[in-house]
Amino acid sequence: MKLADREDVLGVLMLAPALSYVILLVGVPFVLAIVLSFSTATAGSLTFGWAGLDNYAAIVRDPVFRRSLFNSAVVTIGSQVLVVVLATAAAQVFRTAFHGKRTARFVLLLPWAVPVSLAAIAWTWIFDSTFSVINWTLKVSGLLHGWLYWLGEPGLPLVAIIIVQAWRIFPFATIIVLAGLSSLPQDVMEAAVVDGAGFWRRLFQVELPLLLPVVAVAVLFGVVYTATDLGVVYILTGGGPANTTQVLPTLAFQRGIQGADLGQGAAIAVFLLPFLIVVAIAMLRVARHTEVGVR
Amino acid sequence: MAGVELRNLNRRFGDFHAVDGVTLSIREGEFLVLLGPSGCGKTTLLRMIAGLERPTAGEILIGGVRMDGDVPPRARGIAMVFQSYALYPHRTVFRNISFPLEAAGMSRAAIDEKVRWAAELFSITPYLERYPRQLSGGERQRVALCRALVRDPQVFLLDEPLANLDAKLRNTARDELKRFQRQIKRTTVYVTHDQVEAMGLGDRIAVMDRGKVRQIGTPQEVYEDPVDTFVATFVGQPPMNLIEVSGGKLLGFRPENFLPRAQFPAGEPLRPFGFAVRRVEYLGSDRYVYGIVTDAGAGAATVIAKLPATVSTAIPDGETLPFAVPERALCSFDAASGARLR
Repeated sequence: MKLADREDVLGVLMLAPALSYVILLVGVPFVLAIVLSFSTATAGSLTFGWAGLDNYAAIVRDPVFRRSLFNSAVVTIGSQVLVVVLATAAAQVFRTAFHGKRTARFVLLLPWAVPVSLAAIAWTWIFDSTFSVINWTLKVSGLLHGWLYWLGEPGLPLVAIIIVQAWRIFPFATIIVLAGLSSLPQDVMEAAVVDGAGFWRRLFQVELPLLLPVVAVAVLFGVVYTATDLGVVYILTGGGPANTTQVLPTLAFQRGIQGADLGQGAAIAVFLLPFLIVVAIAMLRVARHTEVGVR
Repeated sequence: MAGVELRNLNRRFGDFHAVDGVTLSIREGEFLVLLGPSGCGKTTLLRMIAGLERPTAGEILIGGVRMDGDVPPRARGIAMVFQSYALYPHRTVFRNISFPLEAAGMSRAAIDEKVRWAAELFSITPYLERYPRQLSGGERQRVALCRALVRDPQVFLLDEPLANLDAKLRNTARDELKRFQRQIKRTTVYVTHDQVEAMGLGDRIAVMDRGKVRQIGTPQEVYEDPVDTFVATFVGQPPMNLIEVSGGKLLGFRPENFLPRAQFPAGEPLRPFGFAVRRVEYLGSDRYVYGIVTDAGAGAATVIAKLPATVSTAIPDGETLPFAVPERALCSFDAASGARLR
C-alpha cells in the first residue's frame, strides 16, 4: 500500500508539526508551571524541594498578591466592557458603506497588529506626566482645569491600563462582531423594520440578542488576552507606583523571574487558571445555548 | 382599509430591470396574487410596496396617500409575512407577536389582550410561551400571520408564506388563509410562483414575467382567456397546448378540452385533430395522454390530453385516434410575438 492511501499514517504525520509545537511550547511549560508552584525551586539553583501548598498559602496572605488579583479582575472586566461597547458601535459604523472604508478598516486593525511593546511605549508618551496629549487636548478644549498624572495619581493608572487594553483588543472584537452581523438572517432584520422598530429597538432587542453568541466568543478571547497580558502593565507602570497596579502576570514575573522565587511566581501564574477556565466554560455555554435558538 | 395604486413603477438593479413599468390598481379588501416564475420581479414589487426597496421611478399610493421612497415601512400601514416567516428566534411566540405592539408604544395590558385575541384566532394559544424553534412549520407560519395581524395593517403583504410548508399542510393552510382574509376583509397582496395557490386564493391574479404584468384578471379570466402564450403556458397544469397552424399563428387549447371526438355531444362545433398517441400516464383521477397532432400544418410539438376518469375509452399507445377540441375553447396567438389574436 502506498503512503498516499494510508490515512492513519498520514493523519499522524500531518498533525505532528502542530502537535509537537503545542506540546513543547504550551504543554510542557504549563505542566512545569504547575509542578513549580508546588516546589521551593529558585532561579539559579538546581535544587527542587517539595513545598506542598506553602506557595499558595503565602501568596493568599500577601496583600500585594490580593491587590494584583483585584487589579487583574478590574482591568479585565473594565476593558472588556469597554471593548463590547466600542466593538458593537464600530461594527455599526463599518457595516454601512462610506468613502474611505478600506483605509478606515486598515487603521482600525492597526492597534491589534502593532506589537504590544511598541504600542505600550507609545502610550507611555500619551500618558506622560509632562507631555500627555490627552491632557493637552482636554486643556485646550477647556474640559480640564488642573493636570492629570495618568500614571501617578491614585486610581488613574488602572484607568490608563484599562484604556490601553481595550484599545488593543477592540479591533479584533469589531471584526468578530462584523462577521456576526453579516451572518444575521436578513429577513428577520427586515421584519423588525416592518414591525416598526426604530434603530435602537432593533439594536437592543433583535440584533444584539442574536449576536450574543458571537459577542461571547469575542469577550472570551478578550478576557484571555487581557488577563494573561504582561507587556502593557510592565511597560506602562511596571506595576507601580508602590505595587498599586500590579496584575497577576506582572507580579508572577517580578516574584518568579526577577525575584528568583520560581515556586511563588508559578503559584501566582497558575492562580489565574481556574478563573479563566470558568470564564471560558461560561462564555462557550452562552455561545452554544443561544446558537441553538437562532436556527 | 385601503387599496393600493401602483403607477408606472420601476426598479432597476444596474442594467437589470427587475420591475419594468408596472401599473396596477389593487382594490380595497381585495386578495390580489402576484404570480410569476422566479426572477419575474414579483417579490421586488412587494418589497417596494412594503418600503423595503426604493423604486427607481414611479408612484405607490396606499389608501390614496402617496408613499415616497422615504416613507419607512412602519408608516405605510402595511404588515408583511416573509417566506421564511422571519420570526425572532430569541423571543417566545408571545414576545414575537407583541413586538410590533411594543414598538408602537402600546400599554402592557392592551398588548396582552391583543396578542391573546390574535393567538386565539389562529389557535396558537397553547404555544405562546414556546420559542419558534420548538414549533412546526405550520405553527411558525401562523405565528408570522399573528404578528402581522396585530399591527392592524391596512394592507397585508405576503411573500410566498406557504412555500416552506410540506405539500400535505399546504392545502389546509391555504384554506385557513383564505378564510382568515375573508373574515378580516383586508387588502392582501400575495406573492407566489405556484399557480395552484394563485388560482385558489386570488380574487384576481396579476401574472408577471420579466418585470412586467402580463395579465390581470380573475382566476377564471386568466385561465380561460390568456392574453398571450406566456400566461397560457404558465397558468394551468399541465400547461396549455400550443400547436403551429398556417399563417404564422399558434393555436392553443387546454389539455382537459382535448378529448376523443365521441365525448362531445352531437351538434357542438368542434375542431377535429388526429392524435398520434405516444404514451399514457395513469394518475388515478385523470389520465394524461402524450402525443403529436397529425394534421397538416401542425408542428411536431408534444400535446397533452387530460382525460378525466369518467372517460373510459381505451387509449392504446402508438395509435392515431380521432380527437377534437370544442371551438369555444380554442385560443389563437401570433407565433412571433405570442400575443393573443381575437
